[in-house]
Amino acid sequence: MLSRARSAMRLVTGGAAEAAPPAQPMEKSYRWFPPGTHITVRGLSKQFQGSVLYENFDLDLPRGKVVSVFGPNGCGKSTIINMIAGLLPMDKGEVLFDGKTIDETRIGYVFQNYREALFPWLRAIDNIHYPLKLMGLSRHERNERVEKLLGRFQVKIDFNRYPYELSGGQQQTVSIMRSLVMEPEVLFLDEPFSALDYEMTLFMRDQMQKVFMETNTTMVIVSHDLEEAVYLADHVLLLTRRPTRIADFIEVPLPRPRSAETLSDPVFVDIKSRCLEIFRREAKL
Amino acid sequence: MKMHLLARLNPVIGVVLLILVWWIATLLEVADPVLLPPPQKALKALIDGLVSGPLLHDFGQTIYRTVLSFLIASAIAIPLGVMLGAADKLYRSVEFVIDFFRSTPASAVFPLFLVLFGVGDKTKIAVAAFGASLVILFNVAYGVMNARKTRVLAAKVMGANRLQVLTDVYFWESLPQTFIGMRNGISLSLVIIVVAEMFIGSTDGIGHRLIEAQMLFEMPTMYAAIFAAGALGYGMNWVFLTVEKTFVHWGGK
Repeated sequence: MLSRARSAMRLVTGGAAEAAPPAQPMEKSYRWFPPGTHITVRGLSKQFQGSVLYENFDLDLPRGKVVSVFGPNGCGKSTIINMIAGLLPMDKGEVLFDGKTIDETRIGYVFQNYREALFPWLRAIDNIHYPLKLMGLSRHERNERVEKLLGRFQVKIDFNRYPYELSGGQQQTVSIMRSLVMEPEVLFLDEPFSALDYEMTLFMRDQMQKVFMETNTTMVIVSHDLEEAVYLADHVLLLTRRPTRIADFIEVPLPRPRSAETLSDPVFVDIKSRCLEIFRREAKL
Repeated sequence: MKMHLLARLNPVIGVVLLILVWWIATLLEVADPVLLPPPQKALKALIDGLVSGPLLHDFGQTIYRTVLSFLIASAIAIPLGVMLGAADKLYRSVEFVIDFFRSTPASAVFPLFLVLFGVGDKTKIAVAAFGASLVILFNVAYGVMNARKTRVLAAKVMGANRLQVLTDVYFWESLPQTFIGMRNGISLSLVIIVVAEMFIGSTDGIGHRLIEAQMLFEMPTMYAAIFAAGALGYGMNWVFLTVEKTFVHWGGK
């Protein structure tokens, strides 16, 4: 059932996507979307300093899955998730979450630069409380939710400290917790681990995996590390150079929890090399 | 241990040196002893003036006027600065006006304010508040405009409305720069108030004491008043730096 839903996943781009020919006639593309879809992007166009970044771009992202976005430098990986998350205006197009607009949807967003994303004037714990305050929850309700979240993340962090007193990994953990505490329908992560050292990155990947397995939140991760992109994802979204189209949408059918052994699993290695091949082809374009 | 003691005494050395040079100069009678009294005489005038003389009252009056004008300036300039900074198109359109009046010597508007508010405390406080508010406004607006965009986006994506972004992010983001503005603002207030006390129908204040001592040729009193003014400026700056350190603890981090 699930795999059928996956195989029904269909992605259409404005231009001719060589790797993924549209399963449906293009004219009707904005009317139809596969079952199990959470996020639909239709006719998205974006110009950047006079050059076309996206032109009539369509995309369907599945519910309850982790999708990694990977592509050549400057193809607009972050730009696309920022537009979907409503952080960046698009020139044209429509994005719906289950048929709802962005304003009607609870969104979590984890920034690459945690130092500039957390509020240094608030203690770590108050940073996590902040989105709940915005939701207008009472102190009691907030405490309950935060306690629950702290229980889920088993990390040794002194949450009464200010962000700048914590290590990079701890700060990004706080930042991730802040985005999860409001129980978002969709969680966007923009290269969340790229500023961390390797050891911390490995730890954080597994934390994210745990969170995903427990909550089944739809996640979209931008990554510049192919291994990470494949390791974390149920689907890897490969983008071309600009004007950006979808190069391919590759399923990663590896079971969870994944671990260090997964990295040497033949299926993993195979998918990774397929992605790399496509990436090479697209980067040279 | 020895080094430690020396390091602690370091800042005092300059003071001792200055007094020493002053004292030797009076011994050698480099200048007319009436114009340059020995340091102990000036110190005695300062202590006498504070303990039994009018200097303490003058001191209090100057503080009162300076602080009041500063408070008025802050109350107007901080909210306005946050709003203008957040709407940078609006700021760009009034930037020239702010820059122009910020660059205008505040003393140049004394005649105008005298017409508006009459001779008295009101004029002094109004001119000082006017000068200080522009300095504060400018700094707050720039603090807001230079706010980390990521934090603003973070608040927006968490569901903050425009007012909440203003109060929860822009205000705090601009706070380090706001403090710089407030420090400059209160210094300017003090300068304007002291000048105003000298020349605009005053009966008290450090500025008044200074000009009176000069006219009566009471040089020790004049030096004492200069020191009092200096101590006041230094003290205000120190208070601000201390408050800033505890309040804007994240600054530069």
